[in-house]
Order: sequence, then C-alpha cells, then structure tokens
Amino acid sequence: MTTTNGLPPTGKSARIELVCPAGNLPSLRAAVDNGADSVYIGLRDNTNARNFGGLNFELPAARDGLDYAHRSGTKVLLAINTYPQPATWQRWTRAVDTAAGLGFDAVIIADAGLMRYAVRTHPQLRIHLSVQGSATSYEAINFYHRHFNVRRAVLPRVLSLAQVEQVIRNTPVEIEVFGFGSLCVMVEGRCALSSYVTGESPNMTGACSPAKAVRWEQKASGLEARLNGVLIDRYGANENAAYPTLCKGRFKAGDDVYYAIEEPASLNALELLPELDRIGVAAVKIEGRQRSPAYVAAVTRVWRQALDACAQGTAAPQPRWSEELRRMSEGQSHTLGAYHRPWK
Amino acid sequence: MTPRLGDPPPGARERPGDQLLPRFPRPLSALLARLPQYPPALAAAIAVNLWLGDSVSGASLPAACGKIVAIGVRDVGLRLTFAIRRGGVVACGEVRPDVTISATASDFLALALRREDPDTLFFGRRLLIEGDTELGLLLKNALDAAAPVFRLPTPARLLSALRLQFPFFP
Ligand code: SF4
Repeated sequence: MTTTNGLPPTGKSARIELVCPAGNLPSLRAAVDNGADSVYIGLRDNTNARNFGGLNFELPAARDGLDYAHRSGTKVLLAINTYPQPATWQRWTRAVDTAAGLGFDAVIIADAGLMRYAVRTHPQLRIHLSVQGSATSYEAINFYHRHFNVRRAVLPRVLSLAQVEQVIRNTPVEIEVFGFGSLCVMVEGRCALSSYVTGESPNMTGACSPAKAVRWEQKASGLEARLNGVLIDRYGANENAAYPTLCKGRFKAGDDVYYAIEEPASLNALELLPELDRIGVAAVKIEGRQRSPAYVAAVTRVWRQALDACAQGTAAPQPRWSEELRRMSEGQSHTLGAYHRPWK
Repeated sequence: MTPRLGDPPPGARERPGDQLLPRFPRPLSALLARLPQYPPALAAAIAVNLWLGDSVSGASLPAACGKIVAIGVRDVGLRLTFAIRRGGVVACGEVRPDVTISATASDFLALALRREDPDTLFFGRRLLIEGDTELGLLLKNALDAAAPVFRLPTPARLLSALRLQFPFFP
C-alpha cells in the first residue's frame, strides 16, 4: 500500500505538531487562534535568544498567555536558550523555576548545566534541547537523553533530510525540525560573527547584531546597512532587504562583491511535509519571535492547513500557500535549506 | 537634486495589489508638504494616546523617554514629529528626530490594523527606519504588544489627553 503521495505509510498517526513563535501576547493569541499545537515564548531578559527591547513576556503577560493557550488545549514552551553567565547564573535558574511554577509545558534549553539544574530541581518538567545546543548526531542527542532526560531535540538547520531520518531512527527522543523562517545556519550555538563586529552574540546576550549597532541610511546609491559602522550591504532600487546580520551581507572577496557567507533566503520546507511525516518527525517549528502578530497569524494559518492536508494524505502544497509565505519572507526568496542538499 | 518628501525614496518600488488606500495624488502631496505639519501631528498624538493607553509613553518605555520620533508619510507628503514624554506622545514642530520611520499612508494603515508585519514591509523596502534603530525597534515591539482601547474616551481621559499636549491647558 502506498499513500496518495506515493510514499510508504508510516504506520503511526500522521500528526506532526506545529510549534509557533510569539514575542508578545497578541502574537500568542494569533498563534493559538490559527491552529498552533504549541507556542514558544521567552521572558523579557537575556535568558532567551531574542532579547530585543520591548519584546517578550513579563510574568503577568506570561500568565495570561498560558491561560489563553491552555484554554484551547495549546501548549506553551519557554525558551531559555542562551548560555548562562557565571555572575548571573541565578537569572537562568530562576527562569527554569518560573517555567515550572507557572505551568509551562516544557522548557527549551541549550546549556547542559542548566539542564542538570532543571532535571534535578523539577524532575516533572519536560526538557527540549534547543537548536542552540547544536546537537546534530543521534549520539549527542542520546547523551542528553541519558543524562538530562531530554524528551525532544530541535535539530540545527544544517542536516539533509537523509541525515534527519538517520537521527530519528536511532533515538528515542522526539525530533523537531525547522519548517519555515529566516535562516541562521552557522553552527548554531557557536556563531561568533556578531561578536566579531559588535561584541555581542546571540548565545551570550541573546541578540545577533543588536539593534543599537544597526544603522540604515537611504543614499542615492541605495539603502546602506551598517553594523557598528561596518558597511555590510547596499541594496539597489529593486533589491529586497535582509536582516542586518554579518552572515547575510555582501563582501568583497578577491575581486568580487557577493554574498560571501550566505544568501539571505528564507527556509520553507512546506513541500517536504509528506517526507517529514514519513520519516517520523514529531514537530515542525516556525521561526520568528521577533515578528508581529500579522506574521504569526498568517504563517500559522498556512501551516495548519498544510499539516491537516498532509494528515489526510492530500499533501500537494497549494500555490497560494507558498505565495502567502513568500510575501513575508526575508529576502523574499525561498530555499529548502540543507534538507535537499546533494552533498553531505 | 534633493528629494522632496512626497517623492518615493530612490529604493522604493511601486507594489500594486495589496494597497488598502488609493494612491495619493502627487500635486496634492507636494502642496501638503508645504503646509505646517504641527496640526496633523497634534491630532495623531491625541489619537495615539487615547487609542493605545500608555503603551507608548516614557513611563512604560523608560529607554524611549525624551526621544523624538518622526513619521514620514511618503505619498502624502506629511512628516509628523513627536516627543515621547512620561505621560505619552506629544506633537512637536520641526525638530531633529532621533529616529525617522517612513512608509506610505496605506502601509501605515495596514500596520495599524495589524494586517501587515513591519519586517515584511522592511524586506520589501516599503518601510524605512533611519537613525536610532534600537529606538525604532523598541517602539515597534511596544506597538505590537499594545492592547488598543476600543471604547470612547471619558471626558476625564479626553481632558488629560489635551493637557499632555498643552501643559498650560486648564
Ligand atoms: S550572524 Fe547569522 S549565522 Fe551567525 S548567529 Fe547571526 S543570524 Fe545566525
């Protein structure tokens, strides 16, 4: 027997969990209302990797969000995915205590020390291994499982589909993969590009290319983006802009000026859903806690429809879904990222 | 040639289709750009404070207190300047802003109605933030998190909204 997409059936319930981002209460509501199975959020400090002014949740908003989501049966996950600093270790452990105390459904953690704290202090709290933990092999994931009872791992966006499948076959840990959003692919958890230019990096201060270091200036020659004074790109009249991160800039290498590190395209794995389902992926994650409720609503709606269609075996992506997603993407071009890479 | 406010910036493109408002007539925008910009800024400031409570105020955003924000409505030729004070947003005349946020009237409307995401507009070169990017981002995030007030204001709120604009108001 084959399914309508020609792939062998998985033999298990084809329900991939949809994990959506929220940087504020209206976004959380938008995710819940449009069919997210889980929403992930962060507290308003550097314990999470989207530590931007005015973004994220103070405790009262977190409580309201949990209430709202749980009333519709949606789970809420707390991202505590930066690396604790020795002088302020308590801030991170307090975040874990908060998650347990308020009734979050899981914590997303990158640092092994913090996982140890979490599993010892709150053994009932579910731990997900953050993408920032950069575990790309089943050995690494099984290690986290053995020592910290990690129940789910978010895979870095560097693995091909065949590699994802190999990981899933060899671990009891649920596997979550990125489905959509801006790409950050530089050995997640270890990228030092932002530190190099601004002195601050996502893993330490919770922000890549912090806004205080960013300047945009519209000149006759185009829109210039500078990071701490360093020109990282100049967009011509007909070019889309990207986030002002070093990895997505254009640089002179040899005699050419080009995207020497990475093209500013967005990941969209919508068309791979049947395959993700077949290989046993437990959840797909949507990137974008820094985005607005309008984005969260639209992306969640499209992915909900696509996942439902996939579960019914009618998985062919509809052109209007891709169009809707493309409209909102960084660089406004889409890629399957590493999932469909001929080399390994 | 120095660009006038009503002109699209060199990088801006015409994107037909998803516009909420019809295009503003060019000659009219050129005229508007020459008129005093304080009255519309005043009206906008009062509306923002009434609509958003104190979400955008120095009290709730200490890092933004005392900063000057300019809103450039490209196609209409308007440039509204506001100061962020403890109690809310206050209209001011032509002063050098810390940050300038520009887009078309239609795109600003889409943002206010939460139909569009600012990053989407930014990627498509329809929204431009110049100057203090951190301040711009803080305001964007505050607006996203704000819970708009859909009730009609009480006379007391109306009065305090006016007092904020005119400290000498009785
Ligand atoms: S510079 Fe690029 S790859 Fe590195 S952390 Fe920032 S977004 Fe990710």
